[in-house]
Formats: sequence, C-alpha cells, structure tokens
Amino acid sequence: MRPIWYFVGLILSIMGAIIELNGIYLLFYPSADKKVLSYLHPDIWWGGVMIIMGIIFILRNKDVKIL
Amino acid sequence: MSAIGLSFVDWLIIAVYFGFVIGIGFYLKKFTKNENDFFLAGRKNSSWVAGLAFLSANLGALEILGMTGNTFKYGMFVAHFYWIGAIPAMLFLGIYMMPFYYSGRIKSVPGYLKLRFDERTRVLNGIAFAIMTLLVSGINLYAMALVLHTFFGWSWHVSMWASALTVAVYVTLSGLMSAIFTEIIQFFLIWFGLFLVSVLGLIELGGIHQIMAKIPASFNTLWSTSGNPSQNGMMITWGGIALGLGFVLSFGYWTTDFLVVQRAFSAKDLRSARFAPIIASFFKMAIPFIVILAGLIALVLANDPKTGFHLLSDSGHINYDSAFPLLIARYYPVGLVGLGVTALLAGFMAGQAGNVSAFNTVWTYDIYKSIINKNASEAHLLWMGRVATIVGIIISLGTAYWAMSFPSIMDYMQAIFSWVNAPLFATMLLGMFVVWITPAGAFWGLITGMVSSILMYLAVKFSWISLSLITLSSPASDMAANFWRAWWAWLICFVVTIVISLFTKKKPKEELVGLVKGLTKENLNENVAFFKRPEFLALISLIILILLNIYFW
Repeated sequence: MRPIWYFVGLILSIMGAIIELNGIYLLFYPSADKKVLSYLHPDIWWGGVMIIMGIIFILRNKDVKIL
Repeated sequence: MSAIGLSFVDWLIIAVYFGFVIGIGFYLKKFTKNENDFFLAGRKNSSWVAGLAFLSANLGALEILGMTGNTFKYGMFVAHFYWIGAIPAMLFLGIYMMPFYYSGRIKSVPGYLKLRFDERTRVLNGIAFAIMTLLVSGINLYAMALVLHTFFGWSWHVSMWASALTVAVYVTLSGLMSAIFTEIIQFFLIWFGLFLVSVLGLIELGGIHQIMAKIPASFNTLWSTSGNPSQNGMMITWGGIALGLGFVLSFGYWTTDFLVVQRAFSAKDLRSARFAPIIASFFKMAIPFIVILAGLIALVLANDPKTGFHLLSDSGHINYDSAFPLLIARYYPVGLVGLGVTALLAGFMAGQAGNVSAFNTVWTYDIYKSIINKNASEAHLLWMGRVATIVGIIISLGTAYWAMSFPSIMDYMQAIFSWVNAPLFATMLLGMFVVWITPAGAFWGLITGMVSSILMYLAVKFSWISLSLITLSSPASDMAANFWRAWWAWLICFVVTIVISLFTKKKPKEELVGLVKGLTKENLNENVAFFKRPEFLALISLIILILLNIYFW
C-alpha cells in the first residue's frame, strides 16, 4: 500500500497546479472583481508553494510501500 | 445576507477533492481484509500518521469557524483552548495514560473500562458515547449545511446529502484507515487553504504588533486580565480557565474521548502510540496562528470603518461565524476561494468520518458484541461495522434535519461534552492510578457525575438556580458556565467513586496487571537515548507552551 504522504503530495500538486495556472491567466486577463492585496498575486506564489510541497511529498514516497 | 460566488475553477478544485477521497476509499478497500484493518487501521501507522490524525479528528471546520468567531467575540482568551486547554492533556496521555490503554490491546475506551472495572461500566459509557457521537455528528452536518447555505447559497439538502453520502462511501469501504487518510489530507488542506488568510491579513494590517496595538487590553492578553472577570472578554477568572478548561474539559476530551484516542490506538507499537499525541501537541499549538490570528484580524478590520469590513448579521444579531468566510472573500481570488471552501468542506467531512468511525467501533464491540451477540465471528463483526457506518450516517442525517427544525439544539453541543467526558475523566484517572477503586465505585460515580452535569445545565437554563452559584463569580459568560460545570461534574464523580470504593468489593490485583499504575511495567525506555524518548519531546512541547503563555501574558 502506498503511504498517505504520497496522496498528500498528489492532491497538493493537482490543486496547486490549478491555482497556479488560473493565477497566470488572471495576470494577463485580470478579473473585474478586485480583491484586497490582489496586486500581490497570492494565487501565483501560493500555488507555486503547493506544487513544490506536493512534488517533494511525491518524490520522497514514490517508491515507498507499507505492509 | 450575501452569498460568496464560486467560479468554474473553484468548483473544479472542490470536485478534485470529492473525487480524491472517494478514490482513496476504493483504493484502500483491497487492503481492508479483517476487523483489525477496519476498526484499527491494521495497527500499522507510524507516530506521525497517528499523531496528525489524532489532531485532525478534532480540527473540524465548525471549530475553525467557531473559534475565529469566538476570538472576535472574546479576544485572545480563546487561545486557551489550544494551549493550556489542550497541550498538558495531550502530553499526559502520551506519557502516562497510553501504556495502560495500549498494553491491554483494547479496541475502544469503553473496552478499557470493561477490563479495569466491569461490563456495566463499559456498556454505560459505550451507550453514552454512541449517543453523543451521533448527536454531534448530526449537528455538525446541520452546521455544515448552514454555513454552505449562508455563505455560498448552496441548497441545504444537497449539501447534507452529498457530504453524508461521500463519507458513507469511503468509511464503509475501508473504515478507520480511510478516515485517517482523509483526516491527514484535511490537515494539509486546512493549512494550505486557510493559513494564507492570516498571512494576507498581517500584510494588510502591518504585522502582529500593529494588530495588537489596535485591540483593547481586555482582548489582547491571555492571563493578565484573568484576575477580574469584568476585565476580560470571556468574563471568566483564571480559576475557571485552569480548573474547568485546563484540567477537566481538556483532560476529559483529549485523554478519554474515543474519537481522538482511537487514532493513537492505530499506531504500530506502544512507542509510536505514545509519540502520537506528543507530536500532535506541536501542531495544536500552531493552530492559533490560523484561527486566533484571523479572528483578531477580523476584529481590527471591523473596528475601522475605512476598511469596509463588517460581519454579517441575522435579524440584528451579529453572526460571528461569518468572520472567516468574509476574510476569504476579502483576500482570495478565484481558485484560492475554491481551495478555502474545500478546506472547510474537508474539515466538515473529516469530522463526520471521525464521528462515524468511532461510533461504528463502539457500537460493534461495546454494545453489539457485549450485549446482543456475544459469540459473533470476526467476519460478522466486520460486516456489522459496515452496517453500523451506514446506519450511523442515516441517524446523523436524521439528527441534522431535527436540528434544522429545532435550531436551539446547537446550544446543547458544548454542554454534551461536559455531560459525558468530564465525569469519565475522573473515572479513568482513578481507574488508572488507584488500585483500590472498585467496579461499583466507578459505575455509580460515573452515573452520578453525568446526571449532576445534566442537572446543573438544566438548572441554569431554566433559572432554577443562579449562574453565579456554578461559576463562583459574576458576571459570567456561557463559556465560563461550561468550564465550571465540567469542574463540578468531575469533582462529584471523583468523590462519589472514592467513597463507594471504600465500601465495596475490589477486583483481584492479578486481573489488573497492565491496566493500573503500580501493576504495569514502568520502564518503557530501556536502551533508548534520552533525546529519542517521548518524555524529551514532551518536555520541549511544554517549554514552548510556557514561552507562548509568557509572550502573550
């Protein structure tokens, strides 16, 4: 059985990628609904953090199997 | 009241989460071969998995919304729930109580009561716990639908049925194992989905010192205004915090509530089981940096009309639970809103799964096998666990609809914990540390404690007695009443158990080996370096707790 950390990595990577791609899209086609601090583009860097964390979890556990 | 709209990308993230947890249920089913796998996740989890699940079982969305709202209402005092109101009890469980629980190879907390005392005490606690679990589970479901309906405009029925069915699918397929998997995923989603609110709030308001400077003294301290209840937002004295919350409610919940303790039971060995609550204590101490900080940020924003931030209100009453969703709406762009909502949904569903997986174990072992079918085979018990899961979800849905038509039962939720857990902690404490406590003493002490707690609640609710008689001070908040009632229920159970034990028949000592201090192997750390011992990690946790309390004194 794969360890839970592998699945944590998968879901963080998938969700992070969706947020990241959407953030890049909003960078070029900004939404009319401006949020406070939107100029910081939190979706881009937060999505990036999630992808990096997710990949670390996946790589560290890709070959691990528990009984 | 305005709903927060979701875009396609937000819905996509929510759909990924639902697909993921159902997929995990199917993936784990092939590894769920016997009752041990279903009820105890095969007892093969590491201390990290058991520890994070131990913490996450308690980290529901209702708690996040409620505690953020409570911070808005009461100020920094709410941090006591995470620090003195949790950490000492978690460390005590890991260091002192876990060896008694784990050594008996029991499957539930009522199972310990059977070994230490007798069948009737086990059944009494099993029934009380099962009722409490289903009530809490149903009320949680109702609260989730209420939040989703209020803030996102979702249908009550779709919200409740969709989440209940999802939980039913993955818990029925693989029991505690899938509940633990989803709890750990929820832990990460809550941090990644909600912590960003605090980060952005700190950036907007200029840092923690700026936030503290804009909050009145009665709201930004932990202890310095606890000498006089009229000087702090929670209207409570330090005695109520220390005895009611720090001792009885906290120890009652973290050391005896099977919902959380079951996660530690799933550890692969005693050493991992002891580490589980100690590891969890570090993350528990960090949660205020999400919920308390968000509550303080909301408070500062609401006090400044220029920010345009104000909580929602229902018929003139401020809806404190709206603080967190409104902060999400303030800061999060499309995509991140979906992540924030998913974190809340995950919190609700993991809480639901936690309650149901604890219920199916207690029902199967402590009620069904104990009273109804004593000779049930392993395969039959596994089948019964799955049936109990589905029935538990259906009853939870019934409770949720009941709560919908009778919203005041929400008020009873906090009180329910002090009815069941507070007296149980006295029984457990005496049972584990005093050899001469008898089965009759435990049974009658537990009944007296539970009944007295309920009576105190009703007496104040219907004005039969003054609230100040319970809280020993005036004015007092509902929260103060909960703390003090728990203390008195514990004390009554403690005294009655001792007095009756003095006059009733004791159990032979040979039947108590491994269950009571003095009759159990003491040295659990032979040949282990001091820095690898649970006690060393617990000491570090305790030092951090003390430093946090001094810093925010």
